[in-house]
Amino acid sequence: MVYLTRKCEFSASHYYYNPAFSEEENRRVFGKCANLNGHGHNYTLEVTVKGDVDPKTGFVVDLKDLKDILNREVLEALDHRHLNKEVPEFATQIPTTENIAIAIWKRLEQKLHVAQLHRVRLYELPDLFVDFYGEP
Amino acid sequence: MKAHLTRRYIFSASHRLHCDDLSADQNRAVYGKCNNPHGHGHNYALEVTVSGQVSLETGMVCNLVDLDAAVRREVLERFDHVNLNFCPEFAREVPTTENLIQTIYNILKQSFRPAHLEKVRLEETAMNSFEYEGE
Repeated sequence: MVYLTRKCEFSASHYYYNPAFSEEENRRVFGKCANLNGHGHNYTLEVTVKGDVDPKTGFVVDLKDLKDILNREVLEALDHRHLNKEVPEFATQIPTTENIAIAIWKRLEQKLHVAQLHRVRLYELPDLFVDFYGEP
Repeated sequence: MKAHLTRRYIFSASHRLHCDDLSADQNRAVYGKCNNPHGHGHNYALEVTVSGQVSLETGMVCNLVDLDAAVRREVLERFDHVNLNFCPEFAREVPTTENLIQTIYNILKQSFRPAHLEKVRLEETAMNSFEYEGE
């Protein structure tokens, strides 16, 4: 079993706001992130897949296939978007780094037939990242 | 859904690796340059990983403000810009990064309750790092 990680970047804006909370509660829980005009990040995404090395090709996965799926399923949907307003998952969910990592996992899991997904690691900042392993 | 969240912090401290039970020659042989009586220092990078269910209300494993406050209060205020050999935690232990990381893990395990402490990772330099999961 070998693990392979592909890295890519996207830039997006978002805000954190729960309509079930009062204004004051939103400010208390989410701080500056509750500003409804939004703010943005350069996200770094690392997708790790695992599998046996194919004896014919020497690959765990054809990198071009993985890159095409990442571009189509993740980057085209999230890059240079407002996550709250343009990405369907976040119509009802707050686009925290945790929820974005889970949403990316779900998008990839449905389409990634070329390898087994192991981990989605999403950096919001160089000093803050979330790992999701598909655990319930 | 369970997610892991990692936050990175920086602190700077000095130390000298020296064991009183060893002779001067043995200390020099074991610890090399790190046994210099005057000590030396590092910029340590600390990565704290916590895990838990992502809250449906907040979308978070835990509030970063709480994690930052706990790490600042319990770890950074204790170990940033100090000589580790003079800290009570190292009165009887050599302040190697192995011992430091276990101390930091145990302090955070005691003091941070909002999420499960999964792992602590400590870089002494860009070339060497240590991980401890409480085993």
